[in-house]
Amino acid sequence: MLDLLTGFVAELRAAGIPVSLTEHLDAAEAMRHIPLEDREGLKYALGASLVKSSTHWRAYETTFEIYFSLRGPEYQIAENELEEDGEQSDENDAAKLAGRGTGKGRGLGGGGGQEGMSPEELAELLYKALLGTNDAMIAAVARHAVARYAGMEPGRPVGGTYYLYRTLRNLDLDRILDRLLDHARVASTSPATRDPGAGPEADTGGQVTFTALEERLLRDEFQSRIDQLRHEIENEIRRRLVADRGSEALAKSLRKPLPEDVDVMHATRDEMVLLKKALQPLSRKLAVRLARKRRHGRKGPLDFRSTVRHSLSTGGVPLEPKFRYPRPAKPEIVVIADISGSVASFARFTLHLVHAISSQFSKVRSFVFIDGIDEVSRFFENVDDPADAVHRINTEADVIWVDGHSDYGHALTVFWERWGEEITPRTSVLLLGDARNNYHASQAWVVKELQDRARRVYWLNPEPRAYWNSGDSIVGEYGVHCDSVIECRTLRQLEQFVGELA
Amino acid sequence: MTSPANVARENDTITTGFPVAGEPRFESIDAVRQGLASVDYLADEGIAGVVYLADRLAKPVLVEGPAGTGKTELAKSVARLTGSRLIRLQCYEGLDESKALYEWNYKKQLLRIQAGADQAWQELEEDIFSEEFLLARPLLEAIRSPDPVVLLIDEVDRVELETEALLLEILSEYQVSIPELGTVRATQIPLVFLTSNNTRELSEALKRRCLYLHIDYPQLDRERAIIETRVPGISAALADQVARIVRSLRTLELKKLPSVSETLDWARTLVVLGVESIDAERARETLNILLKYQTDIDRAAKELAGVERTD
Repeated sequence: MLDLLTGFVAELRAAGIPVSLTEHLDAAEAMRHIPLEDREGLKYALGASLVKSSTHWRAYETTFEIYFSLRGPEYQIAENELEEDGEQSDENDAAKLAGRGTGKGRGLGGGGGQEGMSPEELAELLYKALLGTNDAMIAAVARHAVARYAGMEPGRPVGGTYYLYRTLRNLDLDRILDRLLDHARVASTSPATRDPGAGPEADTGGQVTFTALEERLLRDEFQSRIDQLRHEIENEIRRRLVADRGSEALAKSLRKPLPEDVDVMHATRDEMVLLKKALQPLSRKLAVRLARKRRHGRKGPLDFRSTVRHSLSTGGVPLEPKFRYPRPAKPEIVVIADISGSVASFARFTLHLVHAISSQFSKVRSFVFIDGIDEVSRFFENVDDPADAVHRINTEADVIWVDGHSDYGHALTVFWERWGEEITPRTSVLLLGDARNNYHASQAWVVKELQDRARRVYWLNPEPRAYWNSGDSIVGEYGVHCDSVIECRTLRQLEQFVGELA
Repeated sequence: MTSPANVARENDTITTGFPVAGEPRFESIDAVRQGLASVDYLADEGIAGVVYLADRLAKPVLVEGPAGTGKTELAKSVARLTGSRLIRLQCYEGLDESKALYEWNYKKQLLRIQAGADQAWQELEEDIFSEEFLLARPLLEAIRSPDPVVLLIDEVDRVELETEALLLEILSEYQVSIPELGTVRATQIPLVFLTSNNTRELSEALKRRCLYLHIDYPQLDRERAIIETRVPGISAALADQVARIVRSLRTLELKKLPSVSETLDWARTLVVLGVESIDAERARETLNILLKYQTDIDRAAKELAGVERTD
């Protein structure tokens, strides 16, 4: 058991979760107090002693599922299923499904008696499972759906997402959601189930329609059940993969980066959601930290005049030195961001972050470009939530000049002509983009002019350093005129940079 | 909550020797959960498990999570459950040793010196640095208390990084070192809860010494159960509707999501108003209890009134 724990800890470390030796010892101690058959209890116990940040929890959970599912009683089943060929496995599952269904007293035996199930029957079963609130049924259907649709081949080195995609594609959950809603509508037309006081506007000419509120709540309810199903399917796939390849190999291939380490340019949709979630607390933390930094630990230089003036009360002996009131200069920021497809999400994050802490700067102006350039600072004015403004940028900013492919040269020239005057020695200029210029003229002189006039010029490049200056990337041409060119691929790097800027 | 000026009691003695871990307070994880339920705190698997472990391993618990999900309430409930005294240290920026740990009672020391002006210095010095002149602040009080204690260190993320170090000794060894006096060790090991709203990263040193518990917004079922236990006189149907609407609101992108405590306030309001079932109109009128920003309220009202969802 201790070996298992050690392996588990090693895997957590490999996944980027910092686990110290003391924490490892605590976990070992914790295991003594938790009955080992209590898997959930064990999960939380180990989690409490090993994982000290909520953003790491997801990674922890995945690793836990992999490491401790293998030894569960289900393992045996998985083995059997894998040994059988597809046909038999279907039958096996169907029988099991029926057994569960009738065991729970839900009349679903019809599907189980037959030799395997047609896709329609499975869909029907799934639909019924989702309509009820029986967790075991949902799990059983998930298991069956994986067996049927995922087409898992032992030893094939593809990740779980591939199988997940195949399964979900066949299930067509969107249609099921609509069907569930339709069903709920029909069911409610019978007066018995309908709450008479639910609102007069519900009755429009005999045909009962839902109020928007009810519809919304129902949709959310079904959506959450579908999410549960999705989760079950993921679990099932993982369980089978573990059985096939062993936990260590799988843990390696399923290792997911922590949200702050996700490469923004290549984030999947799910990761994007996590990133967005992580961004808000991040900007809040950053703002708090910067405000503190400004308030504390800064003393101005000795104020000689004031010291002498105050020394008069002690007979001219300067007992108490006086210091100038610290007035840390708040920098002015000009952000010029490429928002063409490839780097759009990165630009959005940066704009969001910079504006979220705009109180730390004396002035923030933002410009976005693709091949045309437009100022977007106005979107951020009087907006409580930077996310809204960022959304408006995408729809309203005027950034297309000719063909909608990045043209850094043209954008920079226009910027210089129209706004160049406003760059002062107090301004820090942030240029955001991958500098993939589609072989247009670089007009790097603009950056040089900017550098001459501004306090600092930074270039943030969301591409890995290894790709710079390959293909049509000309970051080097611009880079020579910048104070520094920074690789900025993850939220962590971005946060660090912005923190140093302020 | 600071102690009154004169807490030093005559019969107080400084205990030495490592504190003996007392009898375990809880039988099993289930016992914790049922116990907490009996004092109207509905814990899920994770919460009960961590509380149980905290007792068994004699380790503090660091509780994080969004505001209003019952972090402070957990400590209070555990205190109620175990019949312990709750000692609370509210953290804030600028909290220091003399407010958190102990302070010498200067005025009394001064009086003592004046009163004993004819005594030898040696004698006097030893005398004024004795327990009698010590003002115990929450942390010291918690470990000196002979009765069982639950120590709640609230919003620990508000103190500066440097001040966190004050807590380290007490959290890992359950002792306080007072240079003039020696080391005060705990007579009993208190259950310690630290809460954090996560406005900044806590130091590694602090995290390492604690068990970590993240309390998130509850699942639908649990939230419904919480509403039913905490709001007297609410009908099951209304509780269900409240829980569903709140869940629905939490899927929106709001500045501040409705917390459990706000949900409870809302449910209570609805009960007081005699609402049987919520429609969009009712919801809109009372949303200001649930949400605290005007933009959030507008957006939520719009969503609930059924403007097409954007996604």
